[in-house]
Amino acid sequence: MIPVLLIVIPLVTGLISFLIKEERSAKAFALLSSVATLAVSLISLFQNGTQNSFDASWLPMLGSRFSVSLDGMGKILTLLTAVSFPIIFASTYNNKYKSPNAFYGFMLLTQAGLMGVFCAMDLFLFYFFWELALIPAYFLCSKWGGEKRIPVTFKFFVYTFLGSLLMLVGILYVYYKTPDHSFAINSLRNLALTASEENFIFWLFFIAFAIKMPVFPFHTWQPDTYEQAPTAVTMVLSGIMVKMGVFAVIRWLLPMFPAASVRMADIVMILAVIGMIYASLIAIRQDDMKRLVAYSSIAHIGLMAATMFTGSSAGMQGVIFQMFAHGVNIIGLWIVIDVIEQQLGTRKFSQLGGLAQKAPVLAIMFVIMCFANIALPLTNSFVGEFLMFNSVFRHSVIIGAVACISIILAAVYTLWMVQKVFYGEVRNEENISLNVPVNTQIMLGILVAMVIIFGVYPQPMINLTSDTVTKIIAQTK
Amino acid sequence: MNTIILSAIFGVVMMFTGIFIHNRSVYKTVSAVALLVLLVFNIAESHGSAIFNIDTANFLHFDPFGLLFNSICIFSTLIYVMLSGRDLEKAGNNTAEVHALIFFVLCGIGIVTSYTNLLMLFIGIEILSIPLYILTGSDKKNLKGNEAALKYFLMGSFSTGILLMGIAMLYGSGGTFMVERVAKEGMLSYLSALGMVLIFIALSFKVSAAPFHFWTPDVYDGAPAVITSFMATVVKVAGFAAFIRLIEGRLGSMGSQSDRLIGIVIILTLAFGNLTAVFQQSVKRMLAYSSIAQAGFMLFALFAVNDAAKEGLLLYAAAYSLATIGIFSVLAKMDDMTLEGFNGFSKSQPLIAALLAIFLLSLAGIPLTGGFFAKYYMLASVVKTGKYLGLVIVGVLFAAVSAYYYFKVIQAMYFKEGNIVLAPVTNRFKYLLVFVAFLIVLLGVFPNSLLSFLYF
Repeated sequence: MIPVLLIVIPLVTGLISFLIKEERSAKAFALLSSVATLAVSLISLFQNGTQNSFDASWLPMLGSRFSVSLDGMGKILTLLTAVSFPIIFASTYNNKYKSPNAFYGFMLLTQAGLMGVFCAMDLFLFYFFWELALIPAYFLCSKWGGEKRIPVTFKFFVYTFLGSLLMLVGILYVYYKTPDHSFAINSLRNLALTASEENFIFWLFFIAFAIKMPVFPFHTWQPDTYEQAPTAVTMVLSGIMVKMGVFAVIRWLLPMFPAASVRMADIVMILAVIGMIYASLIAIRQDDMKRLVAYSSIAHIGLMAATMFTGSSAGMQGVIFQMFAHGVNIIGLWIVIDVIEQQLGTRKFSQLGGLAQKAPVLAIMFVIMCFANIALPLTNSFVGEFLMFNSVFRHSVIIGAVACISIILAAVYTLWMVQKVFYGEVRNEENISLNVPVNTQIMLGILVAMVIIFGVYPQPMINLTSDTVTKIIAQTK
Repeated sequence: MNTIILSAIFGVVMMFTGIFIHNRSVYKTVSAVALLVLLVFNIAESHGSAIFNIDTANFLHFDPFGLLFNSICIFSTLIYVMLSGRDLEKAGNNTAEVHALIFFVLCGIGIVTSYTNLLMLFIGIEILSIPLYILTGSDKKNLKGNEAALKYFLMGSFSTGILLMGIAMLYGSGGTFMVERVAKEGMLSYLSALGMVLIFIALSFKVSAAPFHFWTPDVYDGAPAVITSFMATVVKVAGFAAFIRLIEGRLGSMGSQSDRLIGIVIILTLAFGNLTAVFQQSVKRMLAYSSIAQAGFMLFALFAVNDAAKEGLLLYAAAYSLATIGIFSVLAKMDDMTLEGFNGFSKSQPLIAALLAIFLLSLAGIPLTGGFFAKYYMLASVVKTGKYLGLVIVGVLFAAVSAYYYFKVIQAMYFKEGNIVLAPVTNRFKYLLVFVAFLIVLLGVFPNSLLSFLYF
């Protein structure tokens, strides 16, 4: 029953939230709902077996069932989703939105879609939730975003919609190739496809996932959308939604097309590594904090994309671990950026400087988050990135070596951002007053604690990943 | 049989109502009640209790598919009359006649969904078309409407001529009008092949498939919005029912050649419809082109001709008709039918804007709406045949294009500022629109709720 609760709580509260007209109660209601989801998610960590799966008839004519279940990877990703939403709601509690009821309603609906994607064990159900997560996000960005929000969000929408339609064709194709005409994950593991069919269908799926992650050259929607979306939504998009792509590759693509994944590994890895270097180089040239973090996110996701295709179990565990770590880190960065933007009205490096003198606590937390972004030891990212680089190296020394350049570049742009914004000479002195609200400080504190705890003691989470990974590796061999 | 006879009778009843009752608002009620009766009797027939047992000498065969199709058409018409009844009164001077003509169209639909004989196809198409020519020009003082009616009449009668020519050729080569016996002959002579292609062209014209679609935008744009709503939905999907019965029987046996023919028509229709819809400024005209694009999707059913295709066509007919009727019923109440006219819709009419958004999402084929499963079944039916996967990919590319222009309306309603001019709407209208939206969402979550009727 737990996965059902994870989906239903945000879904129902999201719909109710549309009816709450008063701003303060809408906020409180959304926060309460997300905390309830978090509680359920925490319970799921200590449950095994039947409690974590649910199966019911849904579309008997199509052979699709409402089948949801949580394995190790599912637990980690639903936990990330469940942790993120209360933190996002609490840290942006003071932001003002017009028609807040709709804003929080759409946010909760997005959460429901994301939870569904991470729990679904039926490919058709998965597609359903995959789209369900997209539509509210579209409305959130278009209505509450920045100046150029309408065209930018539309680009985002058309990209992802096209990707999902291609995936739909792929889904239909594999459906008719399953022995018992079903969408269940266990039937899809035994597809009888010829090599050329497999290669072709592989790309139909991969393009959809690559757009979501995004992997070069499908990334062009991402920086614009992150920049224009309201920060709370950017946190959802970058912290959780991009993980949908990575997750989907591990959950569906690799088990369904094991042979094609090996054949296409080099092409995908080269694309991913090009994306890492390219995005890092562009990040160095940015003047806007949001855009810089957006490009840095492309670089980090690129590494995950490359590692998934190495076929190494340690690397795969690193990817799953890093999905969680990256979510935590990037949400932390966005929170700091949001504080700066709300209080000073700008995100431009050219107009910022010396903030550390005004807000030392914020500066310390931001620096820790930035260290995590560069994957310094003792931060959570170090564990994941080490495992990932290690397996990429084992796969191919050249690709590994080129990928490693991105570590250096990451240090360049991240530290440059810290230096420009928090240190250096103080700009626009007269109107500077940075009061970090208490709720934001607490949330940042929690995130920093998570960065350090998982950096020092990653073993419990790594253990969680092992059952998923063993299954997939057994499949590919 | 119930539908054919009763709708003809009700048509006559409506005409007499026009003579004896002069209160315009009564017609709507009478018509709605008659439609309800028609629906009940049609459903009764699909459960095996027909009140008219007439020997049709096998010219007509009433199977669950045809009867369910009738039910969908009658139900859509009922919703249409209830939503747009007041706008119908504005469309012409003789409202009762408009309702009568609508019943005659339904009579034609009853024939084309269940014919087994090519002559019945011809008669059905004629009964269905002639009232439409009149309806198009029902607003007699409107110059554009007159032009549209004349154009439609000329083009329509020309295509009927082609249909008759094709039927004659098939008869000449096979010596029979029965669809199934014509089919068993196989691909024998050039004469029968030519006949088949001519019929194909004529029916393509009726469902506005490219390259025979040129009348569609002008006629849909010229006719009063309420009439367009009826033509673009109920009548169009009925054309597909006629089409699939023919292909099922005959063209399917032509093998790869007919595949190629239909494939080309599908790609042309999708391309013309979608690419021109993108550039439209008037929402009404955009919907006209989008109806061509939607026809392109329904053509997938003709390409595949299997169980999934027939189920899909039923779903498509329901989802597409309901959504389009909903949009047009609002459109008919607006003065400014351009995209700018929709700016700021959500501010002044939040409920109607949300419902319109649901209809548009359904047309774009977004999950949780009936439109998604409609498109899904269409794609699935072609994938199931295992050939021409490229066609499916072309289809989804154009589905993404179609999302572009449907979302432009949503953007205008929700994200742009402006003042809309909307004729006053009653609460009843709103409740009905909510009901339609509910049905679309219901189809989007449980498509079986409709399809299970097929197997009772």
